[in-house]
Amino acid sequence: MKVDLTKVKPYGDTLNDGMVQLSFTLPVPYGDEAIEAARQLVRKMGLEEPSVVYSKDLVGFSYFIVYAKATQTVDYTKIEVPKVDVEVMDKEQVEEYIRENIKRNVVIVGACTGTDAHTVGIDAIMNMKGYAGHYGLERYEGIDAYNLGSQVPNEELVAKAIELNADAILVSQVVTQKDVHIPNLTQLVELLEAEGIRDKVILVCGGPRISHELAKELGYDAGFGAGTFAEDVASFVVTEMVKRKLV
Amino acid sequence: MSKLNLDQTLIDSSRNSARKIVDEVQKFIDLHTTTATERTIARLLGVDGVDDIGKPLPNVLVDSIKEGNGLGRGLAYWLGNAVVQTGDTPQEIAEKVSRKELDILRLPTASEEKIKETVTDMAKVAVEKIANNRKKREELISVLGEGRKPYLYVIVATGNIYEDVEQAKSAVRQGADIIAVIRTTGQSLLDYVPYGPTTEGFGGTYATQENFRIMRKALDEVGQEVGRYIRLCNYCSGLCMPEIAAMGAMERLDVMLNDALYGILFRDINMQRTLVDQFFSRVINGFAGIIINTGEDNYLTTADAVEEAHTVLASQFINEQFALKAGIPEEQMGLGHAFEMNPDIENGFLLELAQAQMAREIFPKAPLKYMPPTKYMTGNIFKGHLQNAMFNLVSIMTNQGIQLLGMLTEAIHTPHLHDRYLSLENAKYIFNNARNLGDEIMFKEGGIIQTRAQEVLKKAEELLRQIEREGLFATIEQGKFGGVKRSRTGGKGLDGVAKKDPGYFNPFIELMLGGER
Repeated sequence: MKVDLTKVKPYGDTLNDGMVQLSFTLPVPYGDEAIEAARQLVRKMGLEEPSVVYSKDLVGFSYFIVYAKATQTVDYTKIEVPKVDVEVMDKEQVEEYIRENIKRNVVIVGACTGTDAHTVGIDAIMNMKGYAGHYGLERYEGIDAYNLGSQVPNEELVAKAIELNADAILVSQVVTQKDVHIPNLTQLVELLEAEGIRDKVILVCGGPRISHELAKELGYDAGFGAGTFAEDVASFVVTEMVKRKLV
Repeated sequence: MSKLNLDQTLIDSSRNSARKIVDEVQKFIDLHTTTATERTIARLLGVDGVDDIGKPLPNVLVDSIKEGNGLGRGLAYWLGNAVVQTGDTPQEIAEKVSRKELDILRLPTASEEKIKETVTDMAKVAVEKIANNRKKREELISVLGEGRKPYLYVIVATGNIYEDVEQAKSAVRQGADIIAVIRTTGQSLLDYVPYGPTTEGFGGTYATQENFRIMRKALDEVGQEVGRYIRLCNYCSGLCMPEIAAMGAMERLDVMLNDALYGILFRDINMQRTLVDQFFSRVINGFAGIIINTGEDNYLTTADAVEEAHTVLASQFINEQFALKAGIPEEQMGLGHAFEMNPDIENGFLLELAQAQMAREIFPKAPLKYMPPTKYMTGNIFKGHLQNAMFNLVSIMTNQGIQLLGMLTEAIHTPHLHDRYLSLENAKYIFNNARNLGDEIMFKEGGIIQTRAQEVLKKAEELLRQIEREGLFATIEQGKFGGVKRSRTGGKGLDGVAKKDPGYFNPFIELMLGGER
């Protein structure tokens, strides 16, 4: 099998078959017309040979599972993804780095902000226990970690950061509705700028729908997606502090 | 018959400790009242609506007696006296107070006997309305029938009550038995209840009496259409706990989340405030025939589900005693627990099964509320759907009462219309396909499942004995539940707590509980 990396398309069971699976609901009564509407819609998405493999009457709504073939391709050789540019250290290395280069405790304040009540992400990074065997920041020697919990208003987070003289602020956004995390993240940056402390702290956000690129765009120093552990965040924070001479 | 070979003396000892723990807290509760408790009395006596800046009249009234240092005497006394003196209704009095035309603390005072008699007569009207709602529910259930247990419980959370109605009706047509309208973010921290129908909220919809009415009507209609009674659930927690209970009782809600410990740990509400609030809210829920749901399941989202399982059981024992104190029968105790262990654990399913079966055997009559996996939901919707299936299997094997359905898109977004359909289909398939599996199997003596349940019970009993020695307040201060520490004087709402004066009275406690407190 020879993949042409300049023209990549989805793989089902044969190279370049373009197979894609979709599921969605249309707000129309169930019937042959609904199924045809689904098929036509999928074609308009740029997919060929739509096959409605399952459909269900949801009374006034119709649900579909559809397979279809992608026609578009991407040039994989030209892809560039901005990534957090840091050499990841393990817990002991981070601790040693703090001892040697910062020579005082690093204060990190974290919260799950705005409407979000899901602390899974911030807990995984900050709490003693950590996640999947990777200890959280609370357990790091040389780091004072404050996890403010869920649904923390941005104002409260900023006030706490000022009170504790924080070196870094971590913001977690896990579950959002109608993209409410975007204005919420933006508002935090504005608040920090208004308080005149934006350039005095390392500002980091994280969550399953956060990318480094999005974070940079919103005015953050870094963004971490799913699969991030405490050491990834800690390594970034401590090296960035040294780089920006915030020690 | 026990499948787990649990030691009955440990269960008895746990209950005994829990009773003593709650007796101690109840002594504190009986000496205090709160702004929310008094606002509830105002509501039940017929005060509703808002003033010209949108402040609810129950708040206007209670703030006026609080500012004049009259909170400890209780609103019933002041309002009752005002009714005797002016001949106005409570609503008219509240309106006059809001226009600053009347100060109910500065009226001549009638005899205590006369005031009590007047207030009690007014209180009986509300109590009768609530009793009639209860009868109406029973009638509807006997005519329409209801879903089989475990009841299928789903959430709507669009922020717009009219959109919620559409989502709810659709879910009922797919098989839902209970519709819970999630409240908007942060409502639990509001020290008042918003008014009127609402169309904007984040992650949920405001709990208002009008919203309750709108959804109740819609569920009654769709219930007729599908031929079963559909229960409505809301959240009787936070700073307005008893007020929400009163509104729910008046609008015939059927299920209420109602747990002070949850508010203390996860919303940082002051423990003195919310435990006093909880008492009156549970008296109302008990009298109204509302099933309460407790929030133990949440401990496992912050603490480890394998290591901290005994804290869930200990809290269930405590919640059971708090409920009994407030006149809630076991049949209305939807004690909470959850399927939250890391799915990578070898034999994790066996441990979950042990926990669920244990809760079933220890609280045999309670409609246990079983919560789906959330902490280890990853965004892999396909695996998530399977995790929910495993959870459904445990539920049907162990006869849970209320099944809060897991959504395959948990950890991504609030449920889409078809997420709810897929979840309902998943649960219905498994409940039907394995309906009597639990009746057919025994657990191996001394095996993994029995041993696990016995260990958890033993640790819970030890913890309860320790709490009995140290007191509930101190235990929470040490962070024994959910790994969250809260101080006795910290958190929100402490300024709304007052010591009762000797002449304090709340007519509803006596009418609803049938005894003085």
